[in-house]
Amino acid sequence: MEAKKIKARLELEDGSVFQGYSFGAQTSVAGEVVFNTSMVGYPESLTDPSYYGQILVLTYPLIGNYGVPESHIVDGLDDCFESSRVQITGLIVSEYSFDYQHWSAGKSLAQWLIEHKVPGLYGIDTRMLTKRLREEGSMLGRLLFFTEKKNFYDPNKINLVERVSIRQPIDYGTGDKKVILVDCGAKDNIIRCLLQRDVRVRRVPWNYDFTHEEFDGVMISNGPGDPKMCRDTVALVQKVMDREKPIFGICMGNQILALAAGADTFKLKFGHRSQNQPCVEVGTKRCYITSQNHGYAVDGRTLPEGWEPWFVNANDGTNEGIRHTSQPFRSVQFHPEAAPGPVDTAILFDDFKRMML
Amino acid sequence: MNNLPDKVIILGSSALKIGEAGEFDYSGSQAIKALKEEGVNTILMNPNIATIQTSDHLADQVYFLPVTPYFVEQVIQKEKPDGILLGFGGQTALNCGLELEKSGVLARYGVRVLGTPVDAILNTEDRNLFIAKLNQINVKTARSFAVTGVTEAIQKAGEIGFPVMIRIAFALGGLGSGLCRNEQEVRELAQKALSYTNQILIEEYLLGWKEVEYEIVRDQYDNCLSVCNMENFDPMGIHTGESIVVAPSQTLSNSEYHKLREIAIRTVRHMGIIGECNIQYALDPYSEDYRVIEINARLSRSSALASKATGYPLAHVAAKLALGYSLTEVANSITKVTKASFEPALDYLVVKIPRWDLKKFKQVSKRIGSGMKSVGEIMAIGRKFEEALQKGLRMLEIGASGLVLNKQFGVADIKKELAEPTDQRIFAIPAAIKAGLTVDEIHDLTHIDKWFLFKIKNIVDIEKWLSRVGEQRCPKDLLEDAKQHGFSDEQISRVLETTEAQVRELRQAYGLTPKVKQIDTLAAEYPAQTNYLYLTYNGTEDDLGFLERNSVMVLGGGAYRIGSSVEFDWCCVNSVMALKELNYQTIMVNYNPETVSTDYDECDKLYFDELSYETVLDIYEKEKPIGVIVSMGGQIPNNLALKLDKAGVKLLGTSARSIDNAEDRHKFSKLLDELGIDQPEWKELSSVQDAIQFARDVGYPVLVRPSYVLSGAAMSVASTNAELEKFLTKASDISSDYPVVISKFIENAKEIEIDAVAQEGELLVYAISEHVENAGVHSGDATMVLPPQRTYLETTRRIKKIARQLARALKINGPFNMQFVAKGNAVKVIELNLRASRSFPFVSKIFKVNFIDIATRVIMGHHVPKIDRSVFDLEYVGVKAPQFSFTRLIGADPTLGVEMASTGEVGCLGDDFEEAFLKALLSVGYKLPVKNILLSTGPIESKAEFLHSTRLLEKMGMNFYATGGTAKFMQANDLPVTKLNWPLSNKEPNVNDYLENGKIDLVINIPKNYQEEELTNDYIIRRKAVDFAIPLFTNLQLARRFVEAISHKSIKDLQIKSWKEHV
Repeated sequence: MEAKKIKARLELEDGSVFQGYSFGAQTSVAGEVVFNTSMVGYPESLTDPSYYGQILVLTYPLIGNYGVPESHIVDGLDDCFESSRVQITGLIVSEYSFDYQHWSAGKSLAQWLIEHKVPGLYGIDTRMLTKRLREEGSMLGRLLFFTEKKNFYDPNKINLVERVSIRQPIDYGTGDKKVILVDCGAKDNIIRCLLQRDVRVRRVPWNYDFTHEEFDGVMISNGPGDPKMCRDTVALVQKVMDREKPIFGICMGNQILALAAGADTFKLKFGHRSQNQPCVEVGTKRCYITSQNHGYAVDGRTLPEGWEPWFVNANDGTNEGIRHTSQPFRSVQFHPEAAPGPVDTAILFDDFKRMML
Repeated sequence: MNNLPDKVIILGSSALKIGEAGEFDYSGSQAIKALKEEGVNTILMNPNIATIQTSDHLADQVYFLPVTPYFVEQVIQKEKPDGILLGFGGQTALNCGLELEKSGVLARYGVRVLGTPVDAILNTEDRNLFIAKLNQINVKTARSFAVTGVTEAIQKAGEIGFPVMIRIAFALGGLGSGLCRNEQEVRELAQKALSYTNQILIEEYLLGWKEVEYEIVRDQYDNCLSVCNMENFDPMGIHTGESIVVAPSQTLSNSEYHKLREIAIRTVRHMGIIGECNIQYALDPYSEDYRVIEINARLSRSSALASKATGYPLAHVAAKLALGYSLTEVANSITKVTKASFEPALDYLVVKIPRWDLKKFKQVSKRIGSGMKSVGEIMAIGRKFEEALQKGLRMLEIGASGLVLNKQFGVADIKKELAEPTDQRIFAIPAAIKAGLTVDEIHDLTHIDKWFLFKIKNIVDIEKWLSRVGEQRCPKDLLEDAKQHGFSDEQISRVLETTEAQVRELRQAYGLTPKVKQIDTLAAEYPAQTNYLYLTYNGTEDDLGFLERNSVMVLGGGAYRIGSSVEFDWCCVNSVMALKELNYQTIMVNYNPETVSTDYDECDKLYFDELSYETVLDIYEKEKPIGVIVSMGGQIPNNLALKLDKAGVKLLGTSARSIDNAEDRHKFSKLLDELGIDQPEWKELSSVQDAIQFARDVGYPVLVRPSYVLSGAAMSVASTNAELEKFLTKASDISSDYPVVISKFIENAKEIEIDAVAQEGELLVYAISEHVENAGVHSGDATMVLPPQRTYLETTRRIKKIARQLARALKINGPFNMQFVAKGNAVKVIELNLRASRSFPFVSKIFKVNFIDIATRVIMGHHVPKIDRSVFDLEYVGVKAPQFSFTRLIGADPTLGVEMASTGEVGCLGDDFEEAFLKALLSVGYKLPVKNILLSTGPIESKAEFLHSTRLLEKMGMNFYATGGTAKFMQANDLPVTKLNWPLSNKEPNVNDYLENGKIDLVINIPKNYQEEELTNDYIIRRKAVDFAIPLFTNLQLARRFVEAISHKSIKDLQIKSWKEHV
């Protein structure tokens, strides 16, 4: 039979235990357990800083099929990933494909996880686990090896953005327009999408005061955890609104813009993490299929005057974007930069560029 | 909704044929339901009488008429619809609709094409327009040229460089397509292809590229999304209908998946499609380079698969979009909480495997390639590829226990099989691994992605570990591993050298049972009220409880194959409807993605899983239903009866013992002898010597057949000792579990059938039909007439009496079917099936008495009111005619015999036999009027028998062409005839030229004996007729009735009457 299988288990805070086998690093960890229903794109998801502190359950049962791509540095970014490291705390799958095959693959998923010291479990009934998370809401969990012990740990109690943001500003590209990207845990593809549209990007830390610098627009990125932890960012956004330059928020950026506008945010029961979320543009019959990864949302009912909902989720009616009725301030809860996921809303980057002209 | 049409005509796809099968019953039925929900009046045109869509509870009016421009125009003129749907009846409906548009008929009668506009359809169908259109948005297509002549074809092939592909525009299922390696091959294929069409395509050949498909929906507000993507296990070069297909794709990265998705959406928007659309790609396995291969702007085989694979009701949604709704307005009828504007997320995978029936045909090439030959398909669901693949191979019902550990499927030349695939290539892969070939070597020969090959290797490895268990008990971990990788108990028992029952016992002792999971379109993200289920060993919890205590399980019919097709699905669906009416909870088990029975809205619970002893028992043990109905799904459930009964399963209806007494030839014959019912002389065989002795005693010809078969698998008529020996070997290959039986074959006799329902042994309803052809043509290939027109009253009386006797003797409680041969008034029983038969929908719809509804009530012990006899006293006639798919089956000899060869059927109504008969023949491809006839009328007896018909044809002013003997015979009888030389003679004027150049409208070629498998002149004539789409008769009785009919009636005399107007 296969090489000796190493057993490990996932324990949830409600006391349930899921037995599986290890394929990543043999390290016991704790975090918030969330699920994602995407069928492709694990290298992108695993490097998405919004997953920082989370044990990720993939509902698609076959993972690792195409290995992990050999990445190259292009424009100062790893061209195949969303950041330079695996961000998740742990990975839970049904089947791990030990054999992989793809022209772009450089290594197996297992090897990559081991290199990044992230544990992975296979042989879990991920559908059963997902149903539990759906019914009980996202839960804390710990992934344990042998007789090791680990306390439950709630990543949402700390400022995760601080952990994943950069320390010093970085400049990318030479385009004619300049955008300040507020890095709350930005996915690299946001930068790539801007660069492709001939936009210069100055990526700044989450709490960096950029309000006196020269720029044509501000992009507030995605990021992990509770947006209310980012008080500094919210304050900076409030301040920069006075300059009446275009502002665009993505994911946590949507929540930060909403908080800056005076609206409220709340934690969803189990979040939206998938590539098939339908978002309707308010007042139209247009619906976009979007890529999402968030546990918090904007409470659309709390939007103050001058602001309006821009998109809503066709499945559960939650807010998916807001915009100012007169100023060039807008944001979306989904990921127009995709990676992973459908690229249908990439047009929003074009709109943003147009707003800066 | 504003602007809804009042009355819509829906074109069906007519008879099932290779490339156009049951998937269009599913899509048409869904469309009708969607329209009815909106209060739209629906008119359905489809002569396929066995479909569910032609049931009386669906469309407002049904016309069992040919789906041809002439008849559709007549119906439009009569019904005055204001809308037409072209996208739900396959290529048949689409092509017919395009002709009606072109000829101005639709405009003349003010009929609006709903959904994708006609010019958009044309842009997808015409190759040059298609490429030009895609170039506008920088979407790459395969280098391709549309040509109209052979010389031009050769020239363009040279420009692209060999090898090249030849494809036909406006074709379904890759008809006439093929790979050409040199100029000679281009010449041959181009010539043949140009006989069906005036435009063919010469294309760049993308050997070894991945083949990927997307199913896209778009509404008129420009919302557009991808419902499903699929990846072919067999890469480019093998038609997608001939490929094993997985959904979702397994080897594509995020970037590839979404790049192709984005191109698909961009393309569909640019084309202006409204509704459903399929797009096929070739994807370079070493980069992200791609080509769009084709677009189908209609529901297709792939869309049916995608719908069943994801749970997304594609056809239903497409119909709503055609009416003008937006995706955001249409509810997701699976979850009921979400809308149709989303993309399904799967937390399982499906594997589709084609089902071929190539053994049924004489001389057919077994190679698979760019043209379709498969007659059906299965879909298996699992949470591992290995699990789904092995399930799927068993579902094919070709005798496979899975991928490995099969008695059959030995491969003689492994490398050849890998490189030049036949229908059995999948079995050559594990054989190659065992023979020491590496995954790389296998990949080089097959171009199959290594990921799939690694998975196959996992199965081979588990077999190896199992084989090392030896005498000891199989450890739990290993058994679990095997079950998780799709090994069946029976398959495991083979390697452990034990029994299936013992493996089951051990597995249950270990607590290893499959878990029931739901298909909910959203990977459990939202709670869904779904009834769509499968079993897996890759899970630890059932998704649902099993609380219903009033449920009935109905076993479905499995893959469509020759002899078992949409008719049994009609029976299953009607049985489920009756059960619902009686307030039972219904549980359906079936795995055929082309069916209506596997639709989400037909039953309370649908298990999309195996119809095997193991799986049915597993489901039974979980669900604890009142019982199981095995008499609706054809031979697969019927064959399980005895075994399930022994395992303590409660069978509803006729007892398993009675079924065995009818199916076991030995027991059945004994019963007939006891009851004093006549039967052809027969003998169960113990040796070839005995068989030959028997044949000598009763005289040739003799019929050889195994017990427990449907559609005459391995059934043959032998006229000589040598033939007998050959057929005996074939029969024992097919079914070694059951004895082979040999009987006297009666020549020049009529064949008569009875379809009936009995209650507790008392005959309740029955329908007696006669065949136009003499006995010897398989009943599935015969033209059936109801009520009989040329059968003596005394004969029908005797048949009724025998049916009564047997119903009593076997205490029949449910549906049954019997076949008889009659000569004079002597009646002999050929066979009895204690289940619904292929002709149940036909007789039910002709009589407008639902035999299955009655049978189901009987089975459930409910009272059935006495049927008013007067309904059986018809003022009209129904004729059922077979549809053949010989065009697709390169090389197959298109003659009829005791083994069934037709792939579908139609049933038409008329005020008299001739009207119904001509409508039926026109529905299966015969054409009127006829002017030039090629005659070759076989042995002297049949020449003489046909003489009267020839004289009738002469009076009608036909031109006769004939070969040697027939020409001489006609000249001797003063009939004017042009003599043509035999194909092999190479002399002018040659039959070949006349056939190839459109100088012949009809070929009547009566074979000289029953089963000669040689390349003869006659064979070449028949084959040419098929290849050049010239109507062909090979049966004397059929040809004679046709001549009589056309001597009395022309196409104008065929009335345009709906089903309701007839009955």
